[in-house]
Order: sequence, then structure tokens, then C-alpha cells
Amino acid sequence: MTPGDFFFQQLLNGLTIGSIYALIALGYTMVYGIIQLINFAHGEIFMVGAYLGLAAILLIGKVHPGLNPTAGLLLTLLAAAVGGGFLGLVIERVAYRPLRQGPKLSVLITAIGVSFFLQNAVMLVFGAQDRYVPPLLQVHRWQIGSVTVTLMQVIILAVSIGLMAGLQRIVYRTGLGRAMRATAQDPLAARLMGISVDRVIAATFCIGSALAGVGGVLFGLTYSTINFHDGYLIGLKAFTAAVLGGIGNIPGAMLGGLLLGFLEAFGAAYLSTQWKNVVAFTVLVLVLLLRPRGLLGERVAERA
Amino acid sequence: MKKTAIFLLLFLIPFLDPNSYHIEILATAALYALLALGLNIIVGFAGLLHLGYAAFFAIGAYTYALLNLRLGCPFWLGLPLGMGVAGVGGVLLGLPAVRVRGDYLAIVTLGFGEIVRIVVTNLEPWTGGPNGLLGIAHPVLGGFNFGVDSRPYYWLLLVLVGGIAWVCARLRRSRIGLAWAALREDELAARTLGINGTRLKLLALGLGGGIAGLAGAVFAAKQGTITPDSFDFILSVMILAMVILGGLGSVRGVILGAVVLSVLPELLQGFSTYRMLLFGIGMIGLMRLRPQGLLGISQIRRELQRAAS
Repeated sequence: MTPGDFFFQQLLNGLTIGSIYALIALGYTMVYGIIQLINFAHGEIFMVGAYLGLAAILLIGKVHPGLNPTAGLLLTLLAAAVGGGFLGLVIERVAYRPLRQGPKLSVLITAIGVSFFLQNAVMLVFGAQDRYVPPLLQVHRWQIGSVTVTLMQVIILAVSIGLMAGLQRIVYRTGLGRAMRATAQDPLAARLMGISVDRVIAATFCIGSALAGVGGVLFGLTYSTINFHDGYLIGLKAFTAAVLGGIGNIPGAMLGGLLLGFLEAFGAAYLSTQWKNVVAFTVLVLVLLLRPRGLLGERVAERA
Repeated sequence: MKKTAIFLLLFLIPFLDPNSYHIEILATAALYALLALGLNIIVGFAGLLHLGYAAFFAIGAYTYALLNLRLGCPFWLGLPLGMGVAGVGGVLLGLPAVRVRGDYLAIVTLGFGEIVRIVVTNLEPWTGGPNGLLGIAHPVLGGFNFGVDSRPYYWLLLVLVGGIAWVCARLRRSRIGLAWAALREDELAARTLGINGTRLKLLALGLGGGIAGLAGAVFAAKQGTITPDSFDFILSVMILAMVILGGLGSVRGVILGAVVLSVLPELLQGFSTYRMLLFGIGMIGLMRLRPQGLLGISQIRRELQRAAS
């Protein structure tokens, strides 16, 4: 493999994992943008999404083994999106809404409680060991020079781009999106304008969580094994991506996810795989110290 | 008077209840109480949300372990050294971090916490990598080796918790403590009154880090073995949960929070596999009932009454 091909291969790998980070980062950034809350349970929603995908694949295999693989993939993604979105609604209702007026840090504790609950619920249902995710589609790969492109990578890119475009449309072209932006700017003023702020916040959680659920399925299909612990590290990295792009900023989350994916892929390829995770966190710290608002974040007044 | 009585009673527990498993749980609770007291200085007193506190615990543990294994340093020297190195670590990592505020500070400290853990994992020739360090010497006091029995560690930790709690309670009412409170409530106003915010924040990080280092050295000596897994993000989060659950800034509260959150999982032992599931529900329930923490508001209210009368 020539150095040039090697470079492109890493670029492609970074693009794939980066798209997954971006999908999850969107949930962090949307919730932060609207109520300045870091949803520490978000990584677990991603993890639950991965397991919902596994359950859907197993169920399809049992009930309707001959199903067209494309239909199977769509059904699996839909199951994870609906399940994730519903979970987001429940979490917001049970763990966050009752404490919205309370001390800011108390929400952190309920988020941790939710994380413990979800991790252990999944462990009880699916077991503590790694679970194998059977491939939905035939493994298909193309060779371009010595660069290998897999069908899964193409699907991940297509799904991510599609969802991000859809989200952009929702936020900037619909009534709900306008209500979301209004609430983010000033919740009280938004309420005075007749916006049901509670419902807008719930919708934000729902959309972000659905995206994380889809991210979970794509992650499971790419790496073939999932574990109930995965939510933590991937969640943390997605969060890094959100900060990198400028937390609260939707295009920033996409950019941050992709950049982090590239940095990790190149860090692992040209430095060493051992230090791969340090790359993510070093980036996080450096960005915060040098440019705390992130790459695309607007200049905000100092937040105490 | 009341506090001394409680302290003596706690000191006597190992004689009243010979069950070594119970004493082990209490020793663990005391270790967490020590950590919670240290983090309370940073988060409760100075109002700096720190999400990488386990890093200082790790620095203390590895400092004693390495000094002991490489140089044969005894525990009683390793204890203050572990505290000192972790305290310096707190200040050094704080130097860049105090430039940012609020949520951003939380994220920077989270990043530092993870970086320390990964560096420890990857510096294999020094730290033994993922396998950690083995054969760290137990403390010896006047010819008596602490060994693997939980009781001497429980007593040692109890003394440390009592001492640090005493210091913390006084610290809070000192000029420094009041300056921290001013800084926490309104940084701009505090600075206009001539309070040096940066120096005070670094002081809180150094003291808090030092206490975690102290706990780390005891932990390494008690376990005899340490691995990087013992110092992960979940630990940082658990200690923070103890501080918030107990009531930010309240010395008694955070000790209570540490005891509740370390004993509760043991009490749920009977539910075996459902234990952590119920623990998660319990955390949500407790916060919904008392968002200000167990001893948060009531304490402040008492202080206000005292000030008014």
C-alpha cells in the first residue's frame, strides 16, 4: 500500500467513525443549546440504541428470515430511532423536568442515576459479555487502488448525511424548529409568545435521542460486537466532538464529530493505537483552553 | 461534645461488631468520606465543578506505591508525600483550568482526569500498565503491621476523616472560606472587593487534590495492589454524587452522602443482580425528593437564623 493510499484509507476510516460521533454529538449539543444542560445519560441512550438494533435484527431473523436486507436495515434503524426517541422522552420527564427549577448540579446526579439504571437494565436483559451483532447485509467491498471501501461505510455516510440534512431542515424550516431556536434564545420570552416550552424541550430530547439510537445501530453493525459499557467512552467522545465544534451549535457538532474521527484515525495510524484515546481528550482540553467556545461556537458572555 | 461522642462510638464499632465484612464496608465508606471532603473544598466551598477528581486519588496512590516499591519508602513518609504530590498536581492542572468557568471547567477537568488515567495505563515501565503495581507494603506502626485486616485501616481512616472534617469546618468559617463563598456566589463582585480569585481557586484545587492524594496513599497501602481501573471517570462521578447528595458545602452532609452512597449498594446486596439497577432508581428518587441535598438547605437556613438572632 502506497503512503497515499494509506492516507486515504485512514481518511475513510475517520470519516466513518466520525459520522457516528457526529450523530451522537448532535443530541448533546441540541439539549445544551436549549437548556444549558449536559445530558450525561446521552451515551447510554446510544448504547441502548445499539442493543435495540441487535434485538430487531434477531427478531427479524426469527420471524421473517427471508426479508429483503434493505428493508431489514430500514426496520432496524427505525426500531432504534423510535426506541431511542421514546427513551429520551421518558428520561426527560422522569429525571430532568422535575428538577429544572432546582439547583443545577442536582440534574447531574439524576443523570448518573439514569446511566446506572440503563446500563444494568441492558446487562440484565442481554448479559454482561460482549454481544455479536450479525451482519444485516452481505459484506460487500470495493477496491479503489489498494483502498478498501465497505458497503457499511457507504451506508453510514448516507444515513448520517441524510439525518443531518433532515435535522437542519427541522431546525431552520419548521415551526417546531423556530420554537426550539426561540426557546434557546430566551425561554421566558418564548413562553410569552405562546410557545409550549416544556413540549419543545421534550421534542429536543426526543430528536437527539433518536439520532443517538441510530448511531448505536450503525456502531454495532460496523464493529460487530457491542457491550453494555460502550455508552460511556463513545458518549464521552461524542461529547468531546460537540465541544470541539462549539457546544450548542448544530453544524459544529457535525464538524466536531468528523474532525475527531479524523484525528483519532490518523493518531492511531501514525502514532500508536495505545494513545488513540489520549488524542481525543487532549484535543478536548486544548480546545477548551485556547478556544472554549469551540470552532463554530458564537462568542457567549462569560457563563458562571 | 456530641461530635466527640459520635467519633468515639464509631471508633468502638470494631469491638462491638466483630464481623470483618461490616468493618470492610465501613472502611470503604470512610475512604469515600475522605474523598468527598476533599472534593467538597473544590466544588462546595470554591464552587469549581470538577469532574476528574479521581486523578488526584490516582496520583497519591501511585506516588506511595512507586516510592515504596522503588525506594522502600515507608508508609508514614509516603502518606504526606502522596498528599504533597497530588496537591501540587491539583495546582499544576489547575493553572490552565481556572482560566475557564462553569461547564467549561467541568469539561476541562474531565479531560484531565481521563488523560491522567490513560497516561498511567500506558507508562508501562513505571506503572505496570493495565496490570498495575503489586506488592505495595502495608503500613507498620511501632512494630505492628496493618496487614490485610480491615480494622486498623478503618481506625486510621476514621482519624483522617475526623481531622480533615475538623479542618474543613474551620476553613469554611475562616477568611479564606468566606472569600471562597464570595467567589462562588459572584466572582465579579468578589474580585472588585480585592479578592484574588485565581490564587484562591488554585488553593482550593491544591487542598482538595492533596486530600485525595492522602486517600490514595491509604488505598494503595490497604489494597497492596493498584490498577488504573480503580481510578476511572465513574469514581470521579461517584464522589461528586456523594458531595451533591449530601449537600454542597456542608461538611457533615458530604460525610453522610459518602456513607449513604457507599453503604446503600451493600444493603441492596440481597437483590443481587438488581442491585445497581435499584441504586440508579434510588439516586433519581433521592434527588427528586431533596434537590438541594440531604443537609444542604437546612444547614444554610440554620446559619441565617443564627446570623439574624
